[in-house]
Amino acid sequence: MKILVSQIKQSFNNISVSGLVGQMFVLGLIFYGSYFLLLTTQENLTARGIDSGFKFLNSEAGLPISDSLIEYSPAKSYGTAFLVGILNTLFVSFIAIIFATILGVIVGVGRTSKNWVISKVSAFFVETLRNIPLLLTLLFIYTVALGTLPRAKTPFNPIEGVFLSRRGLYLPDPIAHDGFGLVVAAFFAAIAIAYFFTKWAKKLQIRTGRALPKTLISLLVIIVLPLLVFFILGKPMSLEYAELKGFNFVGGIVLKPEFSALLLGLILYTAAYIGENVRSGLQSVPAGQIEAARALRVPKSVIIRKVLLPQALRVTIPATTNDYTSLVKNSSLAVAIGYPDMVSIGGTIIGQNGQAIEIIAMWMAVYMTINLIISALMNWLNSRVQIVER
Amino acid sequence: MKELFQFTKVSALILGLAMITTTASASTLEDVKKKGVLSCGVSEGVPGFSNPDSSGKWVGLDVDMCRAVAAAVLGDPTKIKFVPLASKQKIIAVTSGQVDLTSRTTTWTMKRDTKEGADFTAVVYYDGQGFMVRKEDGIKSAKEMSGASVCVTTGTTTELNIADYSRANNLKLEAVVFDGKKEALNAYASGRCDVFTTDTSQLASLRTTLKDPENHIILPEIISKEPLSPLVRHGDNQWKDIITWVIFGLINAEEKGVTAANAAEMKAKSTDPTVQRMLGKTGDLGTFIGLDNDWLLRAITSVGNYGEIYERNLTKTLGLERGVNQLWSKGGILYASPLR
Repeated sequence: MKILVSQIKQSFNNISVSGLVGQMFVLGLIFYGSYFLLLTTQENLTARGIDSGFKFLNSEAGLPISDSLIEYSPAKSYGTAFLVGILNTLFVSFIAIIFATILGVIVGVGRTSKNWVISKVSAFFVETLRNIPLLLTLLFIYTVALGTLPRAKTPFNPIEGVFLSRRGLYLPDPIAHDGFGLVVAAFFAAIAIAYFFTKWAKKLQIRTGRALPKTLISLLVIIVLPLLVFFILGKPMSLEYAELKGFNFVGGIVLKPEFSALLLGLILYTAAYIGENVRSGLQSVPAGQIEAARALRVPKSVIIRKVLLPQALRVTIPATTNDYTSLVKNSSLAVAIGYPDMVSIGGTIIGQNGQAIEIIAMWMAVYMTINLIISALMNWLNSRVQIVER
Repeated sequence: MKELFQFTKVSALILGLAMITTTASASTLEDVKKKGVLSCGVSEGVPGFSNPDSSGKWVGLDVDMCRAVAAAVLGDPTKIKFVPLASKQKIIAVTSGQVDLTSRTTTWTMKRDTKEGADFTAVVYYDGQGFMVRKEDGIKSAKEMSGASVCVTTGTTTELNIADYSRANNLKLEAVVFDGKKEALNAYASGRCDVFTTDTSQLASLRTTLKDPENHIILPEIISKEPLSPLVRHGDNQWKDIITWVIFGLINAEEKGVTAANAAEMKAKSTDPTVQRMLGKTGDLGTFIGLDNDWLLRAITSVGNYGEIYERNLTKTLGLERGVNQLWSKGGILYASPLR
């Protein structure tokens, strides 16, 4: 017994054990505190007669949503309405990330360019967009777009089936007919062919030293094969044109002004940041390495692909992860210009039934999930480009 | 450790929510007296109801209701902190205790009254939802709006009514939903929407703020009932009674011809027992709601009776007639319970 007590005493003197106990204590306090707060909140809500829980997700929403990727009408449930919002957030973020990356790379490379005009234009782009709040950029784009476009009754009609007005950009809707599935199948087959060809070409290069233009040939296969099938089958697709009926167009695909303004704003704003990441990445590569490669008469394209990019990416990717997650969060500014993203629709639901805590929890959960997935993907990519120590 | 940090951040937020709900549990009357100031939730700017004037002073019918309450409770109609609220905050702000009273063109609905922790007090304006369109579009009735896009504010009954109306009449309306009334109106003005919809009183007031009011018309259809009433937190009956009876008091004052100018004189000279009770010469009405006997006298002398408030804020500036908001004895539906 005496030994046990002295052992316990001793272990408390041990730094690692006492540290652990301290941490457990703090953790316990936090858990107890949050439990207490949760309970108080719950009690207060009940006392005021405010509903709590997620039952409301099944009841009829009754609220109108102007832009939805899935079938929606006000007769659907709150849950469906919120899902429409999540999908809209994901959709606009996904497309914006792709285009912001492309534009960002162009801007970043432009800033390091030796061409005076290109580098100054890129610098102007970055400094302007980075130093204006995104909200203002969005409002500016939205207001200017609406101010300059014609009304729906007199749309701008550059080519058949394309209408541009304040109601948005209407494009012809491609309708697939019988046999279009084969074209899709051909597309996937082409991707598989390209994949195996690239593998084979790599082996060939290792064995014989002969380098084939892998990317070019793969791209050609992926484009040509489905097109070939498409024409052989006699073009199994037709276009449905939008038509002005009464106040609005019927049919066709539409890009609403709210969506377009948000997308454009997010792309421009984030591209400015990504551009800076790319620039810092490129400038972090010691000039001596490029000079060494040149001295060895390595071709310019190989210098970029094998010397410059792998090292630049190490600096660029971690910073860009931040910008991607910011982009997703920034998409919540949609509410200012009337795009029904998750925050906008959630806000409406709060306005209708007052269950703010549940909706806020749902917002946090969704944003956290999206951003944790982005971080995980980017960390994986990052680990691929880091220096492998041998 | 990173997870722990995340966790504490989340807890901090819940802490905030819980704190808000716990501190609001005390009696609102005591709270307000202790603070010495009434915090009153108003709109972000609806002319005639609550809007800052050119000198930054809040004016409007809803604002005057706040001033009347401050005069009755604190003895000074200027001891108010006005909190501009977006539409979707107007109920949460009062249930969470951020404001003592929301007086902000809020429609009294069953769900808000029962399921959202709010209590409505008394109707200060009987409104209904209408539509504004451009003259050049040549529509005469809301039934002709098929396919039109409609600019609307989020978190309002208006937003739900438009969805119902579109479904009921098979109009295929496209509702473009904005966070604030100004953004919605701007989008309509810039041509994004063919139609702007809100309560007709606000349509009239907001139309005056457009560049070209003469090119816009308000359609004859009124598609909903919108009884607008100030609201308080559910569960504080005394506080709710105070607001209710200040409003009833102002309407009763109009019936009896008591005005801001003559109230003090009427108190001294009137022989009408109702007026005597109203102005605290006899009886002890004030004690029923935890106030002194001059509560209504102070309210009336600082903002005038209901008719004066209406005249000053809605008729003179916006040209809104009394309509259904006339006293019951003069053909309207305004009917306040008796002060006794």
